[in-house]
Amino acid sequence: MMGLFSEIIFSLLTLLAFGIFIKNINRIRRSILLGKVAFLNDAPLQRWKNVFLLALGQKKMFRNPIVALLHLIIYIGFIIINIELIEIILDGLMGTHRILAQPLGNYYPLFINCFEILAFLVTIVCVVFLVRRNVLNIKRFISKDLNGWPRTDANYILIAEIILMSLFLLMNATDTNYQFIISSKMSPWLHGSTEDTLHLIEKTAWWLHILGIYAFMNYLPYSKHLHIILAFPNAYYAPLTPKGVMHNMPAIQNEVLYAMQPELAPTNATAPESFGAKEATELSWKNLMDAYSCSECGRCSTACPATSTGKLLSPRKIMMATRDRIESISKNIQQNKQFIPDGKTLLHDYISVEELRACTTCNACVEECPISISPLDIIMELRRSLVMEQSNAPQEWNGMFSNIENNFAPWKFAPDDRDAWTKQV
Amino acid sequence: MKVLTMAEMAANGEQPEILFWVGCAGSFDQRAQKITKAFATILDKAGIRYAILGKEESCTGDPARRAGNEFMFQMMAYQNIQILNGYQIKKIVTTCPHCFNTLKNEYPALGGNYDVIHHTQFLEELIASGKIKILDSNEWKGKSITYHDSCYLGRANEIYEAPRKVLESLDMELREMKRCKSKGLCCGAGGAQMFKEEEKGDKRVNTERADEAIETKSDFVASACPFCNTMLTDGIKNRDEDMNTSVLDIAEIIEKAIQ
Repeated sequence: MMGLFSEIIFSLLTLLAFGIFIKNINRIRRSILLGKVAFLNDAPLQRWKNVFLLALGQKKMFRNPIVALLHLIIYIGFIIINIELIEIILDGLMGTHRILAQPLGNYYPLFINCFEILAFLVTIVCVVFLVRRNVLNIKRFISKDLNGWPRTDANYILIAEIILMSLFLLMNATDTNYQFIISSKMSPWLHGSTEDTLHLIEKTAWWLHILGIYAFMNYLPYSKHLHIILAFPNAYYAPLTPKGVMHNMPAIQNEVLYAMQPELAPTNATAPESFGAKEATELSWKNLMDAYSCSECGRCSTACPATSTGKLLSPRKIMMATRDRIESISKNIQQNKQFIPDGKTLLHDYISVEELRACTTCNACVEECPISISPLDIIMELRRSLVMEQSNAPQEWNGMFSNIENNFAPWKFAPDDRDAWTKQV
Repeated sequence: MKVLTMAEMAANGEQPEILFWVGCAGSFDQRAQKITKAFATILDKAGIRYAILGKEESCTGDPARRAGNEFMFQMMAYQNIQILNGYQIKKIVTTCPHCFNTLKNEYPALGGNYDVIHHTQFLEELIASGKIKILDSNEWKGKSITYHDSCYLGRANEIYEAPRKVLESLDMELREMKRCKSKGLCCGAGGAQMFKEEEKGDKRVNTERADEAIETKSDFVASACPFCNTMLTDGIKNRDEDMNTSVLDIAEIIEKAIQ
């Protein structure tokens, strides 16, 4: 009777956990689709290659091999240990104990031993990462970008992983039927416990472990840790063009064309509503997916020439600000059925002019990002809005623009002197 | 040495092997003019039939586009493409990585399709094909040099090897900076920063990069971009007024090493 009760409770909790998770993922999907249309479905072969190399293979992580190895342990641990979840969930639903032990026979301990070794390694790496984040003065972790919630978020994730792995090992340690490779070393700690106590510890560890996993799963959508899912689509939709390309604005291309060759202008031509982006919804959906994918690791900002020379700009902060803004827009829409202006915009209220001005478009941030995020793309869209919508440019740039317009060079030289050097050779 | 313009060539019914896109810095900036002259001299010595657009060349629009002024970029692109297509230009070489990037990557979407190469790639070809010969007793031999990767050549277009191969052909000792190739630090000029004062911070970007260059204790710093050249020269001057380490473009180095 008691068994059936716990199976029902477990089934309901499982349904609830997956229900809320799916609801949240859909919410994020809707938020991302608030962005402008961009077609990124060409060359599927090349795109799948990126998924395998960048997301699955973590190619770019290996720019720093030691950290990459540590991260790889957590990553492989995460994927492989989650296979064990199949058994745990089946056990929970059917009221069984180690349902796969029978069918897998002699292989079963082998599997669990693998999981245990990984769980142990993951725990160690999580401790190392906690030390890296909180004790060693590593620039990208002590950065002010992470003050407040982001730093707590990162620590919560690591602590949660340590707790989950420990519960998994503890659960196995209580199982007197098996001697698993790591958990058997923990058994002496339980020495002297009665059968009932052991059983109680096992059940408690089992429940806490699976409920912890469900909680973690539902924490993801609110966390920087969402990259474990979004890294994959983000790699697929990564730009395939050389990094130097800024995407074209056909609306302006056509306006210039019609100004030069009026005979080509259609009679019903309408001017586009806005140029560039001052609001998160004016960015492309890929920019917004970038923002949700960002794990705030800060490799971009470490490489950024502006950040590293003390300028206000930090590409990581650009991504965090974009996510904050689209989240607030998304909440606004959810509460009011439509967007009710809140007197704020991404440009100015979340990202300042000073930040945008400091970018040298050097692509270091884009190059560094392990999961193909482009902070540069967002910066450029905001710059376009600043200059073309608000005529907001520093004096020197206005001078440069007028020089280009009048003298065909960014400096004020006489166009006739352009080939003057040829007389000196 | 006579530098022909496209207009002059076309008037004679001739077509050049390659168009040398000089760029605004290369045309007007006194320091960059030296790079232009050096490269033109190399082209001449290699017997390449080339032309320049001369007065018909205009800014590619790169700084305007990076500053956010897409209108101005499109205007310049339209003009330049009209002229280039009018002369049926197929192949372009340029000494400026910014012009290179715009011509190569951004003009195709606007109807300007050309085979565009950077001068360091062209120099590599000229050396490999024997069209220019490095003197055995050139003045660079045995000297040390560090190469600064231009962002628009490096990360933007993944050209890391061509400039290095050219330097290696001189029997120079190539020393790498702490951050090089895809990790290379910007000189601070890109994204139209060249045309405005830097935002406030702890340090100027070019000083940061100059420090990395000085750290290699090389005799020379090689650049492949007129803007990087200016920024690094200023940066080094800030640290060492005597300019014990001079910044030279790869074209200037090669020009002095060939017959």
